[in-house]
Amino acid sequence: MNSSYILELLVCGLGLALLLIDLWTPTVHKQKLGYIAAAGLLTILGFSFFMDATVSYTSFNGMLVYDPLALFFKRFFLSAAVLVTFLAIDFSDRISHGIGEYYSLLVFALAGMLFASSANDLIMVFVSLELITVTFYVLTSFQHKKTASIEAGVKYLILGALSSGFMVYGIALVFGTANTTEFSALKAAAITNSENPIFLMGLLFVIGGLAFKIAAFPFQLWAPDVYQGSPVPTTAFLAIGSKAAGFALLLRLLCTGVPNIAEHWNTLLIGMAGVTILYGNLCAIPQRNLKRLLGYSSIANAGYLLIGVSVLSQAGISAVLYYFCGYMFTLIAAFGVISILSKQNDSEDISILVGLNQRSPFLAATLTLAMVSLAGIPPLAGFFGKFLLLSSALERAPLHPAYYALLLIAIIGVVISIYYYFGVVRAIYWGKDPGDLSPVQVQMPARIALVLSIVGMIYLGLLPDRALKQSQRASSSLPTSAIVHKAAAAH
Amino acid sequence: MSPLTYILGFPFLAALVILLIPKNYRFLIRSVALVGSFLSLVVAVSVFANFGSAPAIDGFKFQQMVPWIERAGISYHVGVDGINIGIILMAAVVAFAATAMAREIKSNEKEFYLLLMVMEGGILGAFVSLDLFLFYFFHELALVPTFIMIGIWGRGPDKNYATFNITIYLSLGALISLIGLIALYVQSGANSFDLIVLTRHIQQNPLTLASQQVIFPLLLFGFGILVSLWPFHTWAPLGYGAAPTSTAMLHAGVLKKFGLYGLIRVAMPLLPEGASTWLNVIAILALGNIVFCGWVAMRQRDLNLLIGNSSVAHMGFIFLGIASLTTVGVTGAVVVMIAHGFLAALAFGLNGYLYNQTKTLNIDELGGLLKKMPFIGTAMIMAMMAGCGLPGFANFAGEALVLFGSWKAFPVVTGIAIWGALVIGAVYMLRAVRNVLHGPDDPHWNEVKDAGLWPKIPFVLLIVALLTFGFVPRLLTEKIEPAVVELLKMANKNKPANPTVAVHGQISSENFQ
Repeated sequence: MNSSYILELLVCGLGLALLLIDLWTPTVHKQKLGYIAAAGLLTILGFSFFMDATVSYTSFNGMLVYDPLALFFKRFFLSAAVLVTFLAIDFSDRISHGIGEYYSLLVFALAGMLFASSANDLIMVFVSLELITVTFYVLTSFQHKKTASIEAGVKYLILGALSSGFMVYGIALVFGTANTTEFSALKAAAITNSENPIFLMGLLFVIGGLAFKIAAFPFQLWAPDVYQGSPVPTTAFLAIGSKAAGFALLLRLLCTGVPNIAEHWNTLLIGMAGVTILYGNLCAIPQRNLKRLLGYSSIANAGYLLIGVSVLSQAGISAVLYYFCGYMFTLIAAFGVISILSKQNDSEDISILVGLNQRSPFLAATLTLAMVSLAGIPPLAGFFGKFLLLSSALERAPLHPAYYALLLIAIIGVVISIYYYFGVVRAIYWGKDPGDLSPVQVQMPARIALVLSIVGMIYLGLLPDRALKQSQRASSSLPTSAIVHKAAAAH
Repeated sequence: MSPLTYILGFPFLAALVILLIPKNYRFLIRSVALVGSFLSLVVAVSVFANFGSAPAIDGFKFQQMVPWIERAGISYHVGVDGINIGIILMAAVVAFAATAMAREIKSNEKEFYLLLMVMEGGILGAFVSLDLFLFYFFHELALVPTFIMIGIWGRGPDKNYATFNITIYLSLGALISLIGLIALYVQSGANSFDLIVLTRHIQQNPLTLASQQVIFPLLLFGFGILVSLWPFHTWAPLGYGAAPTSTAMLHAGVLKKFGLYGLIRVAMPLLPEGASTWLNVIAILALGNIVFCGWVAMRQRDLNLLIGNSSVAHMGFIFLGIASLTTVGVTGAVVVMIAHGFLAALAFGLNGYLYNQTKTLNIDELGGLLKKMPFIGTAMIMAMMAGCGLPGFANFAGEALVLFGSWKAFPVVTGIAIWGALVIGAVYMLRAVRNVLHGPDDPHWNEVKDAGLWPKIPFVLLIVALLTFGFVPRLLTEKIEPAVVELLKMANKNKPANPTVAVHGQISSENFQ
């Protein structure tokens, strides 16, 4: 049997099983469903490590592809989902109704992400994205009693629907001119249509739809509001999973679907990356709400990741993959701490951090490490990720001097970000007038997630060799040879 | 295991131990920090003493190499040659003195000592690294604690502004130099950050002129910002004025030399053609440091700002020595780096002591202090004299070598620099001595106390070092010179006429013994 989509089937099965178990579970025990979800996801994650990471083949007439890159992303999404589920278990007492559905929706969003990592056809791109986005409409507005949560859901719904509309329109235009939606056939069609304005416009719309997912300029407006209003586990999953799914699709589309046009639009991607970095970092400076701050920081990070995409080389792609691994642990740590603190204070203002080092040294250290890693300071994961991204861009800089400008913007962005990330650290250790100094209790599931993310951040920062090997192997399954050869020839 | 690993390992180990000590055991925390930095000083002294007899591989002694991130060509590789051996000794001495001076910290001691130990480990690590990634990694590890320490334990009304200023300037400088280092790695095609491998590869396949002309200015200005090259120096006096004593000592004394060390070790030998177009610019900017910042120092009414500006001015001599690209000049630059490290640590340490006694460093308010504190006053006069280049202190040896070395290449610049060093330096230093230490008894300061036995130790250590290397500069120059000759062979590749060997005789006649 062709087992390329077995993980997706298992995850969908888990989601359905959770819905059914929910029916027969008395209300008092419903919070325990999270443990079932976590156990199920862990089992599937463990199973994924027994899958062959060297082969690649397609199924459903080329709709889905199974290759090292897809498997890398699937493992990434599963790990992120496990960590997010731990956060959700901790958060569950703040969700008044339907906690069972919350877990199963998380699992269905995960299924969408798994499909996205394998999507090899524009139709599949759209379907998997819709599976992710529609579940997130519900997940963002899950705290019915909080207006902010409803507002976040509605905003995400309206802008998400708009971007889906653009995307479908773009797919229609591409199909109308190229007569195919499957990536390997599209590759040939893209060469004959490389001057066709209708085809290019369609492609631009598709890329716009993906840029909405990754919150890149000029499709970033929704991110801060939605991040701020959503329940914390949703925000974490949105920032990690949904963004990574967008990048997985973008990479596959650009590298296997339309490599010649991607090469041509290199400058567009460079410009998008530069503006996204500046926008995210500049807007983050005055923020007081921690989730909103991380919303803007996630826009800035999308910009850094776009550097790796714009390079379109193996080094660039593996840098993106590596960066995501570090980013996952960092964000779980940050959102985990925010989730625990906002439970007690019902606020997400930066002032709730004052006195945290006395209330809980563990949480204070976790959040500090997360901020230091986000700021890209050694020896944590964020530094090595940024290092890889910068070096991949410098490899191409002699051919395309615009990269020097992009790198300048990137380092200006990093300097700005040090300012606001350290504002958070400052509030933790040296904030004035702590109001409440009662110790903070950290439940076991959240503690596990936080400890895992600390270990992950330090491990990826100090001993990056093994993870780098995995991401290089995964990135090698995308065809970037043409570009690399060209670069090598010019040397 | 190489003794160098112990030198940088002890402070990190101390940091780890401090992390585990509960925060109210203040004495224990301080003792651990002192022991950590003392042990690393002991090892550094023994490495310095055994330097001559140790065997060298590829020009470097006491090497150790452990593969780290093989896929990116990065390894833990440490080693010393004549250029960094003196700097490491200086760094270890200053680190111990700075730890001893941290007595003034009275709040959150645990965090302070933790950061201080990380900073010391990072500094020592940066100067022993033979891998460019490791070199940058350790520097960044030392830099971040600096910002935090100034922001939290700093003093004065401008504290927040100074923290902001120094963070932005130095992060920008560090990142620009990081881009330069990565560009060097990527465009050399050596697939290794290891300095020895990279050097060998570049000797065989030199970088294209176009890449050199992009990478060299990145390194020059990235490193330049870190060393307060004029006109990117404004962070330095402000930052040092606001920093806690130990931080100012370590940063001004040692960490700041990272950029200069990078220029000498990486930029000049590996990018000779890129460098040759910039030498005149460096010389002119160096003059900006010496004359302009000296002039600014003359106008200062705050002792810390005065020392801060004069420390920026001294950087000009090092830049001038590097720009000369002669054996005498570059050797002199390295000697000034070492001498200035001791001097800056001594001056900021004394200022810190004075501030804790008087709560002000305004020159107009102070006066007649020599009678009240004979030891501190004498030490301060010695520091001021060393600062204006009095023979007998190590600074004189270095500055004289720099001026001899650069005379041929830049006669006008050197002429103005001599004037700047002797006249301007003497004016502000002597004026400060007169106003602060001499003059009528001020009843205001009847309460101030001279340093006791223990607080004297760091000052004595630094003065002894300054005088030792001042009277016997051969201890440094005989180690530095052969390494400089090797580096200059690469840096002067495109001008074979340069008589690097001919000046050999000259240097030994300048040994002042």
